[in-house]
Amino acid sequence: MITLSDLHKSFDGAPVLRGASLHVPKGSSMVIIGGSGTGKSVLLKCILGLVTPDSGRIEIDGQDATRGDREAFLARFGMLFQGAALFDSLPVWQNVAFRLLRGPLKRPRREAREIAIEKLRRVGLGPEVAGRLPAELSGGMQKRVGLARAIAAEPEIIFFDEPTTGLDPIMAGVINDLIREIVTEMGATALTITHDMSSVRAIADRVAMLHDGKVRWEGSVGEMDATTDPYVQQFIRGKADGPIEALR
Amino acid sequence: MSFGGALAAPLVAALGTLGRTVIRALAATGRVTLFALTAMSHIARPPLYPREFALALLNIGWLSLPVVGMTAIFTGGALALQIYSGGARFNAEAVVPQIVAIGMVRELGPVLVGLMIAARVTSSIAAEIATMKVTEQIDALVTLSTEPMKYLVAPRLLAALITVPLLVAVGDVIGIAGGYAVATSSLGFNPVGYLKNTLDFLEPLDVLSSLAKGCAFGGIAALMGCYYGMHSGRGAQGVGRATKSSVEAAAILILAANFLLTGVFFSA
Repeated sequence: MITLSDLHKSFDGAPVLRGASLHVPKGSSMVIIGGSGTGKSVLLKCILGLVTPDSGRIEIDGQDATRGDREAFLARFGMLFQGAALFDSLPVWQNVAFRLLRGPLKRPRREAREIAIEKLRRVGLGPEVAGRLPAELSGGMQKRVGLARAIAAEPEIIFFDEPTTGLDPIMAGVINDLIREIVTEMGATALTITHDMSSVRAIADRVAMLHDGKVRWEGSVGEMDATTDPYVQQFIRGKADGPIEALR
Repeated sequence: MSFGGALAAPLVAALGTLGRTVIRALAATGRVTLFALTAMSHIARPPLYPREFALALLNIGWLSLPVVGMTAIFTGGALALQIYSGGARFNAEAVVPQIVAIGMVRELGPVLVGLMIAARVTSSIAAEIATMKVTEQIDALVTLSTEPMKYLVAPRLLAALITVPLLVAVGDVIGIAGGYAVATSSLGFNPVGYLKNTLDFLEPLDVLSSLAKGCAFGGIAALMGCYYGMHSGRGAQGVGRATKSSVEAAAILILAANFLLTGVFFSA
């Protein structure tokens, strides 16, 4: 469903993506692993059009993602950002229902609020949270609200950018389980970037490792554990010694 | 190396630096112009977000009233004292009402309100949008099918274009009132005569120029806040730099625009 072919992207002459290619089948959950600065976030942003690749092709259902109606294209996506990226000035329910309060998916305000409360409930938050501002919530609650916002308009494709960063292990487990449940229940295609191996095991159908701007390895979670690829082994075991330089 | 060759190298280096600076300045002018045109085009095309627009009206207009009022009243009072004491050197103390009126309406009202708006509103817009950028809220807007120029920039720019001329009008009136209060309470002016002289002396062009300057200064203040916010660098340092640069640029552009507009209205 999502096909990336030979993507290149440099910033101020420094290459970040150097020919990344990847195929994410419809309805599957792909997790991209890799160290900091290997281009994982840039890859996601290229798909969404937040960053324009220097070269290469991005296709969604066989269609060139850079052409056609941008609003209709983005309406197919939901995204959970690393820091949740909630809008500070809006109460929680308006963050969740943001898409339902304006644009082509606009619903009556009361209905949008009801949907927001339902989505909050789905991520384990009660209706009392709906009227609060994001700054009044803990990091874990903000992540849940971000997740509720990502699924509010029931998108076909959901991106998760480092969903467990900054959370304690218990809350990280809760978020991982929620992501897995929601993706399965919605039948959505999910693309997650993380360097948290517990997330990989909880969320992934398939895993791809990005290193040095390219997809170095791809396979199932079982294949990941069994692979002899020294890069994958070093990464999943968290060793300082190996082909991946510890100082990047 | 010959003496000429030794001189040529630093000269070429200096010319190179000058050339790079000019190119950078021209590129920045082009970027700001494109940004302004894009923002204007978003004002002209629906949808306009009413909630964002109402909030911007409140923040830029209503909440700026106290600072504009305080600035204007003290400036008007000080102006009356200055004109009275300066005018006394050539027996022209009686022109206080006229000079306060013309000084406030043509010049000090628009410029001081513009600078106060640059300090209060430009900085706040730049800091808010820059923070949204570094916390990925602007990327989030895009993924939620919302154009940031339309959602963040257009409402603020339109609100500034509408409210700053009104703030200038309020500032003009309060400044004249400040002069009136000082002149009638401590300089011995007759209250009725002061007001009559003020109203008789002001012309429609004075008021028109004041409002036109307010509109231009409001546009500059909002645009600079939005531009530097949207182009902020990373982290707290990026937000700080965007905020500082936006206020500097807005203040300089407001003073330059004031010079140009004064020439347009009163050069004949």
